[in-house]
Amino acid sequence: MDTSAGLYLAIARGSFRRYSTYRVATVAGAFTNTVFGCVLAATFLALWRARPGLGGYDTAQAVTYIWVSQALLVAVAAWGGGFQDDLQARLRSGDIAVDLYRPVDFLGWWLAADLGRAAFQLLTRGVVPLAAGVLLFHARLPHAALTWPLFVLSALLAVTVSFGLRFLVSVTGFWLDDSEGLRSLMLVVSMFLSGMLLPIGLFPEGLRQAAQVLPWSALIQVPCDLFLEHRTGWSALTALGFQLLWAVLLFAAGRAAQSLATRKVVVQGG
Amino acid sequence: MLRTGRPRTGPTAGGTPLPAESLPARVRWAVTSWRLAAAMWMRAAMSYRANFVLTSVGSLLVTFLDFLVLILMLRHTGQLGGWTLPEIGLLYGTSGFALGAADLLVGSVDGLGERIRSGTLDVLLIRPAPALSMVCAERFTLRRLGRPLQAALVLGWAMRALPLVWTWPRLLLLAALLVSGTVIFAAVFVAGAAVQFWWGESREFQNAFTYGGATLLSHPPGIYGKELVAGVTFGVPLAFVNWLPLLRLLGRPDPLHLPPVFELASPLVAVLCALGAALAWRAGLRAYRGSGS
Repeated sequence: MDTSAGLYLAIARGSFRRYSTYRVATVAGAFTNTVFGCVLAATFLALWRARPGLGGYDTAQAVTYIWVSQALLVAVAAWGGGFQDDLQARLRSGDIAVDLYRPVDFLGWWLAADLGRAAFQLLTRGVVPLAAGVLLFHARLPHAALTWPLFVLSALLAVTVSFGLRFLVSVTGFWLDDSEGLRSLMLVVSMFLSGMLLPIGLFPEGLRQAAQVLPWSALIQVPCDLFLEHRTGWSALTALGFQLLWAVLLFAAGRAAQSLATRKVVVQGG
Repeated sequence: MLRTGRPRTGPTAGGTPLPAESLPARVRWAVTSWRLAAAMWMRAAMSYRANFVLTSVGSLLVTFLDFLVLILMLRHTGQLGGWTLPEIGLLYGTSGFALGAADLLVGSVDGLGERIRSGTLDVLLIRPAPALSMVCAERFTLRRLGRPLQAALVLGWAMRALPLVWTWPRLLLLAALLVSGTVIFAAVFVAGAAVQFWWGESREFQNAFTYGGATLLSHPPGIYGKELVAGVTFGVPLAFVNWLPLLRLLGRPDPLHLPPVFELASPLVAVLCALGAALAWRAGLRAYRGSGS
């Protein structure tokens, strides 16, 4: 157990270091998140000026929602991507066969790598837009000190749920040759139902209730609500429990899909 | 014209100097190259038919989501920054069409950094076709029709829903806006990609100005700070894509109080942007030294 924990930590650390070498890309990405934050925060300000208290958020919370969601966007890979790009490339080239022979659990390997990536992106493409939001738009930082560790935990669970969803899409590549098509559909669902484009509270009834129980809300909506202190106390704990439940369910589904997929692989010698 | 000792000639064939090709001929050749390469990539994409259908549907839906969000927002307030849904539909339709059409024609130019990194740009440079055409047509699929098509649908709806008589001058203004806007966004794509000759991984910078720009332009200018509006008028001139001409069309005041001539300057700005992008691309190609792989 000890050695395997050390191994996964080493994989995560390696992935963190790998992403930290793309310096220009990181700067460019943080800049882009900040530009989008500015544009969207201005629209939210106009909207909340017209209707204060919309969706149960005050104006400061609404503007902050935009900045926190921009900070989470790349780390939780709401667009898809992260380990998914690597896995798909390896499926296409056939290198996947080598991965399956490794004495490391396939799912665990990719999860560790994705968590390392997410940690780096939360520190860079998360902190920069959030700081810009505080400076330019007076984004509301949490009032209670306890909110910070709760938010970090929630962001970690968000990455894990997102990983579970992306893993399921990627393993369909074993059957579909190329999971690109399914992935682009997943992107639509993920952007909308995660609350990335609009807080779920502003959806029409019915759609709102459905979105709240589906796993995608664990990606953006739940960590944002914790950061805004929109959900505190018992409600914050149930929010974390909701994320954990989906993480476990998706992990189990991923494991089942993996064992089916492994049986499907035909290694062409060479 | 400057005269140097060396006659201006093109490549030589069998020792006989060929005359330098004229600019129109070179442009025609660039367009033909683009068309041939695009046709090739489309055939390649069609060989995975199920994926083609899924990605097309995904692309149509994801662009529709942007507008759905605007509808859901206005459901709560009726207006945004004083603009009604049909008026915002006009903003959304025009900026979405210009971005989508530019993306269709030259969008994949942003893959340049990847080509530089892997060394495959060198392969394009030795082909007898302009590298820009080849890079722009890369992985071309009809899927990219999704965005301009969806934007055109919203635009059509907005035009009918607005209490505005569509006289010929107004239609002409709208047509000029769509063409100029496409050229401006295409220039931003190409200039942004040219930056990758120096900073290989700067791909996302360009997203801030293209996709971020289109998001900016699909909302009324009045909701943004004056600095931002001035920045996209005099800096990266995105305001000429749709804001300025549409202010004239809808008879709304300009937040910067610019002279009215600005509202008609889009075609001129588009030409200047295209020239700027062409210069940036040439400078980048000259600075490129190959990957050595």
